[in-house]
Amino acid sequence: MDKLAGSVGQFDQSNMTPDALAALNENAPSRRDFFKTAAKAAGALVVGFSAAGSLTHASAQTTTPPTPIDPLQPTGLVDASKVDSWVSIGADEIVTVYSGKCEFGQGIRTVQIQLAAEELSVPLSNVRLIFCQTGFTPDQGTTSGSQSHIAEFGPGGLRQALDTALAAILQLASLWFDVPVSALTVSNGIVSVKGGDSTQQISYGQLLNGQRFNLSLSNSVTPKDPHTYTILGTSVPRIDIPAKAVGSFTYVHNVRVAGMLHGRVVRPPTVGATVVSVDKSSVAALPGNVQVVVKANFVGVVADTQWHAIQAAGALNVNWSTGAALPDPNSLYTYLQTGPTADALTLDSGDTAATMAAAAQTFSAQYLHPYQMHGSIATSCAVADVRGGAGPQATAKIWSATQGVYPQRDSVALVLGIPNSNVEVIYVEGSGCYGLNGNDSVSYDAAIMSQAVGKPVRVQWSRRDEHANGESFGQPYVINLQAGVDKTGQMQSWVYESYTATRGNRPNATTPGNIISGALAGFPTPPVVVPTAATPPSTFGNNGNAASAYLNGVVKNNPAGGTGNIASARVITHTVPSPLFTGPLRSPSRMQNTFANESFIDEVAAGLGQDPVLYRLRHLSDPRLIAVVQAAAQLGNWDYRSSPRSKIGAFGFGNTTIASGRGFACLLYEGNNGYSATVCNVQVNVVTGQVTVTSFYTAVESGPVSNPDGMKNQTEGGLLQGMSRALYEQVKWNATAGIITSTDWNTYPVYQWGQPVPVMKTTVINNPNVSQTGAGECAITLAEAAVANAIFDATGVRIRQVPFTASNVLAAIKAGGKSSNLADR
Amino acid sequence: MATYTMTVNGASVSVNVDDPNTPLLYILQENVHLQGPKFGCGLGQCGCCTVLLNGAPIRSCTTGIAAAAGGTIVSIEGLGTLANPHPIQQAFISQQAMQCGFCLSGPMLYGKAFIDANPGATSAQILNALGQTPLLCRCHSHPRMLNALSLYAQGKTQ
Repeated sequence: MDKLAGSVGQFDQSNMTPDALAALNENAPSRRDFFKTAAKAAGALVVGFSAAGSLTHASAQTTTPPTPIDPLQPTGLVDASKVDSWVSIGADEIVTVYSGKCEFGQGIRTVQIQLAAEELSVPLSNVRLIFCQTGFTPDQGTTSGSQSHIAEFGPGGLRQALDTALAAILQLASLWFDVPVSALTVSNGIVSVKGGDSTQQISYGQLLNGQRFNLSLSNSVTPKDPHTYTILGTSVPRIDIPAKAVGSFTYVHNVRVAGMLHGRVVRPPTVGATVVSVDKSSVAALPGNVQVVVKANFVGVVADTQWHAIQAAGALNVNWSTGAALPDPNSLYTYLQTGPTADALTLDSGDTAATMAAAAQTFSAQYLHPYQMHGSIATSCAVADVRGGAGPQATAKIWSATQGVYPQRDSVALVLGIPNSNVEVIYVEGSGCYGLNGNDSVSYDAAIMSQAVGKPVRVQWSRRDEHANGESFGQPYVINLQAGVDKTGQMQSWVYESYTATRGNRPNATTPGNIISGALAGFPTPPVVVPTAATPPSTFGNNGNAASAYLNGVVKNNPAGGTGNIASARVITHTVPSPLFTGPLRSPSRMQNTFANESFIDEVAAGLGQDPVLYRLRHLSDPRLIAVVQAAAQLGNWDYRSSPRSKIGAFGFGNTTIASGRGFACLLYEGNNGYSATVCNVQVNVVTGQVTVTSFYTAVESGPVSNPDGMKNQTEGGLLQGMSRALYEQVKWNATAGIITSTDWNTYPVYQWGQPVPVMKTTVINNPNVSQTGAGECAITLAEAAVANAIFDATGVRIRQVPFTASNVLAAIKAGGKSSNLADR
Repeated sequence: MATYTMTVNGASVSVNVDDPNTPLLYILQENVHLQGPKFGCGLGQCGCCTVLLNGAPIRSCTTGIAAAAGGTIVSIEGLGTLANPHPIQQAFISQQAMQCGFCLSGPMLYGKAFIDANPGATSAQILNALGQTPLLCRCHSHPRMLNALSLYAQGKTQ
């Protein structure tokens, strides 16, 4: 444990002290220089080999090295098709891995080190990992969407680079020992001739002697069979945890660079307000050498300390215009269904009107989901050092907790008017982000202010900046569902129609206006919503779990898809412009859709007097989904019967104060990612409406498991975060005042310490027979539906609107348990 | 400009500050270069900035430097080191009791103060104690953290 922390993590920039980080950045500003340094350090190069691989034993000792093909392109892009862009092995046996997937508490740092140790058969302690630094690590887009396992184990990812490297090492050893590759074996970074003596062993470092691979990733290499894993598949303790536990871990909030000043943003007081004038004299007398920075509607102050910057931000007199009109929060769900919409038709068998008409019984329900926020525990923070103003000679270096260093590099280049090749973005871990929180916007803020004052600037937002003027919220939804069943209760027809709203998204090279700081700095927010009619789908799609698990997705003239067996289905989503910025929030749209779909199957089962688990199984066809459903039911000691538990309803609880119930939900995330199912037990106080979740019993399967304990940690944290979203979370605003009123943890309450801690039990199913998929967003997606279904089981009252606050639940109970929703509240 | 002296993680520290209301947190970060106490809300609502002042947990984001002057301050990095973590830190490590870890100062220091005053405290008692003040973990690692604190209370940290 300590050995891991002390050695494996030491080259990981997120584990570095500020001084060490500065040294890295001073000494190795790009991979190009790194390679020069590494080559120099390695001394005379002895072994060179290429894709042609025509070395002989003799030539291996005498050949002068070929001119290396530089994997780095002049633009600063790292060529991800080259092995050297992913892995280098030093003469000292140290394996350095470069990756574009970063850590933010989910454990992917440790898993990537396990992957390298496993595929190369080297000790964990010999592996160093450097991730997410432009010009230094491969561009793998963003670390998001439960995609890291898919990317790193898939074609063109880290595993393929490692396997290509190992194949080359074996080829080289074959020449060295003059035996076929099949006569070789590897262990602990040493190649041996099978059955040979100690003279027939050579280490990777000795073979390579500091030389690069000069190879392209090969499609023909064979990864290690997951059945034989000895490092992956084990609960290697997370490498970052010891430093975090003792307070020595360096977060982006701890980055300090020489001469650094402190900036603070001054946001519009109302949503959409613009700058009329800024009275810089209002802060002229304040201490701290205060400077005011204005760029279009971006306003900020810079001072020598955080406290001086905070004082100045509060004192700065800015004349703002009135803001944009906001919809009445009490009629948000009407707003979503009003006006021209952009439509996405995910699935249409073309016959739902007929099958619904022919059904023996039909069901329908409407589900409502509010805007929710990431609400990261840290307010967003970044440090920027912009030198030379703007133009082709200017440079920028940004330390950021962004999920995507390359997209940020390209978008901030546009904001600053600096070529993207002159911009370097270095990932440094922040707090959990859970999606597009403020990490990109605050990086813009720091860069804009640094450019203006010509000094490095650190910016950390206030809590209000974060909650009400910074992040991109999760989308609100109205979701209407209909089902038709035959006389045996088998579902024959399913119609999903939803209404949502978006504004902005992740920023990229052309869209810095996708987030608030880019928009304030004068870049347009692209009109995502262009009124369009839905075009008929040509293949089965999932569209963020809009298509439920029970559909098999027959599209006209196409084979079935999906995980279920309902053939007649229509799935359509309408989108209108959002008054508030939106962006990916952990399980974006998948969470909202699954709340509706997994509540609705429960409603149909209850309407037919069927057990919720058995009724689900009756409509599922994917064996992996069936397996997690059965595993969760077994772990949770599922009580097989129909819901609700007893014939209770409005004021029908007698002397009972606490009603108990169990709920179920299951999911194949995105239709092709990880599998999960959970049993949730709740207690509902029928007098106060307060819901207490007492336990989650969960099964997850994402293919070959990399780190069982890490997967449990993600699963259980996700479920509790989902429970918080289910019970408490809703972004609120005042349309008359034009302000978001969810400004802190009192006005945006979340699950907190002191409240009962549910019992969490999780079965991690290892499936070495399939490809790796993601896990980070699977379990959270179940939570809202599982809790709602448990509330129904306990009380007979169906809650169709998030959040299930005590007052909302009590109102539903008083409304009579007649499956009525709360409508716009 | 006034000079304030205090003991931070065993070392005597003097700082010159122009505003006695400057929050202790910023002094600890900018002048003392501590990394354990974090800014989470600046409102005393989350606990990320928690330090022990004369043995009691306080919110350094809402405590002015003047109020801390002359005191003895301990942050989580003052408890132990990578090579020699404090038993409560060892419990968090052995339980893998975090995801991002940003909030740790709150549950670790409030938990330590309560458990040290109430040896052998039960899990329910620890949870109740943590509920007496606003404390958040947004990765929702509560079950593992509560296990870690309970192990510490039982004198078991592995």
